[in-house]
Amino acid sequence: MASMLMNSLRCCPPVNPAWAVQYATRSLSTSVQLHAQVQTKSKKTLAKPGVKNIVLVEGVRTPFLLSGTTYADLMPHDLARAALQGLLHKTSLPKDAVDYIIYGTVIQEVKTSNVAREASLGAGFSDKIPSHTVTMACISSNVAMTTGVGLITAGQCDTIVAGGVEFMSDVPIRHSRKMRKTMLALNRAKTLGQRLSLIGSIRMAHLTPELPAVAEFSTAETMGHSADRLAAAFGVTRLEQDEFALRSHTLAKQAQDAGLLSDVISFKVPGRDTVAKDNGIRPSSMEQLAKLKPAFIKPHGTVTAANSSFLTDGASAVLIMSEEKALAMGYKPKAYLRDFVFVSQDPKDQLLLGPAYGTPKVLARAGLTMDDIDVFEFHEAFAGQIMANLKALDSDWFAQTYMGRKVKVGAPAMEKFNLWGGSLSLGHPFGATGCRLVTTVAHRLLKEGGQYGLVAACAAGGQVTHYTNTSSYFNVMDRKVILPVCVSGPCDGDRSIPPVEQDSGRTEMMQEKTVYAYTQSGVTPTLSDCTY
Amino acid sequence: FVTNIRSLCTARTHVNYEVKEDVAVIRMNDPTSKVNTLSVQMQNEMIEVFNEVLANDAVQSAVLISSKPGCFIAGADINMIQACNTSEEVTKLSQEGQKMFARIEKSPKPIVAAINGPCLGGGLEFAIACQYRVATKSKKTVLGTPEVMLGLLPGAGGTQRLPKMVGIPGAFDMMLTGRNIRADKAKKMGLVHQLVDPLGPGLKSPEERTIEYLEEVAIQCAKGIVNKKISLTKEKGMMQKVQDYVMGIEFVRQQIYKTVTAKVMKMSKGLYPAPLKIIESVKAGLEQGPDSGYLAEAQNFGKLAMTSESNALIGLYHGQVACKKNRFGVPERPVKNLAILGAGLMGAGIAQVTVDKGIHTVLKDTTVEGLSRGQQQVYKGLNDKTKKKTITSFERDFTLASLTGQLDYSGFEKADMVIEAVFEDLNIKHRVIKEVEAVIPPHCIFATNTSALPIKDIAAASIRPEKVIGMHYFSPVDKMQLLEIITTDKTSKDTTASAVAVGLKQGKVIIVVGDGPGFYTTRCLAPMLAEAVRLLQEGVDPKKLDALTTGFGFPVGAATLADEVGIDVAAHVAEDLGKAFGSRFGGGNVEVLKTMVEKGFKGRKSGKGCYVYTPGLKSKDVNPDIEDVLEKYKLTPNPLVSSDSDVQYRLVSRFVNEAVMCLQEGILNGPVEGDIGAVFGLGFPPCLGGPFRFVDTFGANKLVEKMRRYEEVYGNHFTPCQLLLDHAKDSSKRFHK
Repeated sequence: MASMLMNSLRCCPPVNPAWAVQYATRSLSTSVQLHAQVQTKSKKTLAKPGVKNIVLVEGVRTPFLLSGTTYADLMPHDLARAALQGLLHKTSLPKDAVDYIIYGTVIQEVKTSNVAREASLGAGFSDKIPSHTVTMACISSNVAMTTGVGLITAGQCDTIVAGGVEFMSDVPIRHSRKMRKTMLALNRAKTLGQRLSLIGSIRMAHLTPELPAVAEFSTAETMGHSADRLAAAFGVTRLEQDEFALRSHTLAKQAQDAGLLSDVISFKVPGRDTVAKDNGIRPSSMEQLAKLKPAFIKPHGTVTAANSSFLTDGASAVLIMSEEKALAMGYKPKAYLRDFVFVSQDPKDQLLLGPAYGTPKVLARAGLTMDDIDVFEFHEAFAGQIMANLKALDSDWFAQTYMGRKVKVGAPAMEKFNLWGGSLSLGHPFGATGCRLVTTVAHRLLKEGGQYGLVAACAAGGQVTHYTNTSSYFNVMDRKVILPVCVSGPCDGDRSIPPVEQDSGRTEMMQEKTVYAYTQSGVTPTLSDCTY
Repeated sequence: FVTNIRSLCTARTHVNYEVKEDVAVIRMNDPTSKVNTLSVQMQNEMIEVFNEVLANDAVQSAVLISSKPGCFIAGADINMIQACNTSEEVTKLSQEGQKMFARIEKSPKPIVAAINGPCLGGGLEFAIACQYRVATKSKKTVLGTPEVMLGLLPGAGGTQRLPKMVGIPGAFDMMLTGRNIRADKAKKMGLVHQLVDPLGPGLKSPEERTIEYLEEVAIQCAKGIVNKKISLTKEKGMMQKVQDYVMGIEFVRQQIYKTVTAKVMKMSKGLYPAPLKIIESVKAGLEQGPDSGYLAEAQNFGKLAMTSESNALIGLYHGQVACKKNRFGVPERPVKNLAILGAGLMGAGIAQVTVDKGIHTVLKDTTVEGLSRGQQQVYKGLNDKTKKKTITSFERDFTLASLTGQLDYSGFEKADMVIEAVFEDLNIKHRVIKEVEAVIPPHCIFATNTSALPIKDIAAASIRPEKVIGMHYFSPVDKMQLLEIITTDKTSKDTTASAVAVGLKQGKVIIVVGDGPGFYTTRCLAPMLAEAVRLLQEGVDPKKLDALTTGFGFPVGAATLADEVGIDVAAHVAEDLGKAFGSRFGGGNVEVLKTMVEKGFKGRKSGKGCYVYTPGLKSKDVNPDIEDVLEKYKLTPNPLVSSDSDVQYRLVSRFVNEAVMCLQEGILNGPVEGDIGAVFGLGFPPCLGGPFRFVDTFGANKLVEKMRRYEEVYGNHFTPCQLLLDHAKDSSKRFHK
């Protein structure tokens, strides 16, 4: 009863006035708008027959802060908790209404290796909700989201919380292998004599700590070095890179000042101030940028600290639901999540070239052209990497030689591209960036009145990851939700299964799930015994 | 643009230049070859271009670069040197080179050498005459002075400039070993100033764009030097200052010369004149000033070019190049899946050199223990490369992923070639060939790795003898460069082409020989080993025997060689070939070897042979227990033919005579392959250039004369073959032109 009441209450959630106006005008002008779109777009919907529509209901993130600043004394799951609590708060989602929670992260804190679980418990979600953590370098939270999409499509779940977290203010620094070996042997030593001889075997060399590798495991090359070579391969100049970096910071500043970054929640950091804004946005001047020395390839390289993304702490979270469920719960979804593609290529020379390979693929899957897309959000690992990808997309020779295509798809129009800043300026907490990109696309579509959005990110670990072994890439197609249309529209209303049947099916699934969900619910998780 | 037209007018084909802003980009490209060499034409055009660049007021600096994506300058043109008849002519060539590079060095407009690909010999001397060097960090980019390997010295200022650039010890190391130095090492040594990373795919092909990028960086450097942003005098570190100070003391330098000379004498036994002349030239420059230094260099270069050693080494170089080509054409199907039977030392060795060449390799053995040992050998080979940092641990793992170890014949239906390396026993080989032919596809080639069994005997069990071929690898497979391929009269040409293609992929120098007992290499070695056994029986101590053979130029002494090959194998081969060729292959008593095998003295692998091998110990002592054996079979030496020199020629003449006989019988395709096979497979003295070159140089008549003398004592073991007699009769007959 209570939940029904809640549901009905949420049918008319408090909407912000701007939204309401937009919503109203949209409702009024829907038919006209749709008509116009049919003419300009190659497709009017991306819904696929027989496949559930999946929607993004809400997306939030903590402010992204430079590592070692206000978040310095936290732990990764604290940040994730903040994002989750922000999502709960913003959506008024009941704490037991989620079927599954998935988080992405890159550098794992060993104490909370399943950070999804620790964060969801800590954020007050029901301990009956299973959760797991995924990792795929910079696109870890993209993997979290697509995993959720997969679960919904497979009929396993209806409501998913996906997110990502990265905490670079503290990284696991290990004892050397020699020391670890000695310490483990010490555990097994039975007599005092054995222990003493083991302790006696410790030498100075044992004490050298082992830092997280800065190089790609397979190639032993750092990400920045690879980015510099990539920029050179595509003839991207230092000037072009600095200009792009400046653009990113300038646009981010404008968006921040205009209050467009509405996915940012404010976060009271224990023992510190409340933070409500990203602190890495620093629009500078070309002269200032030109002064910096190359950071990786010296002395003739072009990638500098200023045209690379910086080490960042932050977390993000999104609420993803099947469309029926979202509507049934009275939500106004922000966007459809339509399609995605992961691609991999040579980890040495094409490490950061994923977007160039994935974009044509996902467009082809969706049956769209570059012009159909209204909003582009590409992850900016390095300015040089972005420029290289744009040049690759715009090259017939590249398309023919390396992608087996007859012609290029073309580069995205810059007036549609990363208009609210990007990873270069907002920051790039590796595991959390994917959700930020998707939420930003949805917000920009709403704000700018577009229909399709495209997200692309290369799995490049910034400067400290030791993880990526292939460069991969993720893409989401978003379509702006126009609520009246989406409820009754012919293309989206393909719901052959009557609601009642669907519901009963779901109950069965739920039961099945309780049977299989032994890993995390087998014991009653209390805070003390869930650190397994 | 103007310059483009100008260069068109003068119709230069090898060297061109274009002015980019105020930097002249000089591009080299020999249109007639895959590599650039400093030929007469190249040098003349270079001087012309250099004069124009100097005279051009719009030019402040220059960049020297090759338009060939994979090669800077591979060296001077050897033919240019070989065309000379006197040492004076060669000295003059050297002096012209010195003059040209001296002008480059003193150029008022700084010249930056942009190096991608091999920069060797004359190419390196050119580069170090430039004011600044930028090199790509590609695996192909290597710098070095390989002249010593051709019996020469760096004759265009190299002996004078290198010691100043990389220090005396570093320069000696480079010039005396002739080894290639990779770009990153060259940077550490101070040989190049700056490195450029090779680029991946972009808007042009990686090779094209990399060279373009190299040019861009080099142009930046050239401009930087002109506007003094880049200083040419490097700030010296503390270590450098200390080293310079120490090297400034004459006593220290004298000690270095002494040590280096002693080391060279120990390694080369004084058989190679080039290293000593290199030391002499360096010394002249450092102790008596540049004028004497350059003069000594040019004169020594002239002298060396006329030596038989240099002639022999250059002959080997040409031979090696020839044996790195597939004269049988492109095979119909490339081998992508290779299966090896037997994971012993040989089988695993073959896997080791195959698996990293993009060929999927199956290693099959009959026991888990044998297979694991073989797999460990392959792993160790790759892991050692990882430790030396020539490959990364990831590359090691990735390479190993192409290796499948197994005990059964599964997957053989996909094999394009099977190489068997099972025990040397005809019955086992027959069983294997039948088993394999039941599972392999029709196109699959069956190669047999045997050192003595005739291939046609093995092929007798085959239902498709045209697909059967012999591939005789040498142990250790990853170190020995030679591969001897044996064809029978039934082997098809495509089968041969395919076997050669695989061998070339494995990085081998290949000789293709006809079938017969012992083929070519084993057949040459057998009489020499028989003679060695006789010498042991005559009371020559193994150490003395080794000293005499290495003194003649063999890298490994005869007694040690027997231990390395395995006394059991030697006994086996001696018996087999003895049966095949009769008394001519006699000499030492086979029973000596057999008794040793019975006692467990199988050579190094069993820890005891002629010597006792203690693991971890480098020095070895003569096995005291073989004295009883030798005592039992003791022979009385004939003092007429037992002097040290006679002992050497007894060993060598039997080897050489057998080699010549192989040519006479058509086992060998030609003297070039004969020389290459003997040097690279059996360690015939490189300074002699191989048995055929040796006959040419030494004189067939002189050799026959010696053999006749030995024949009187020992009979038909020393009877010269007909072809050798023909050459002895007519001194104008030569194996090499």
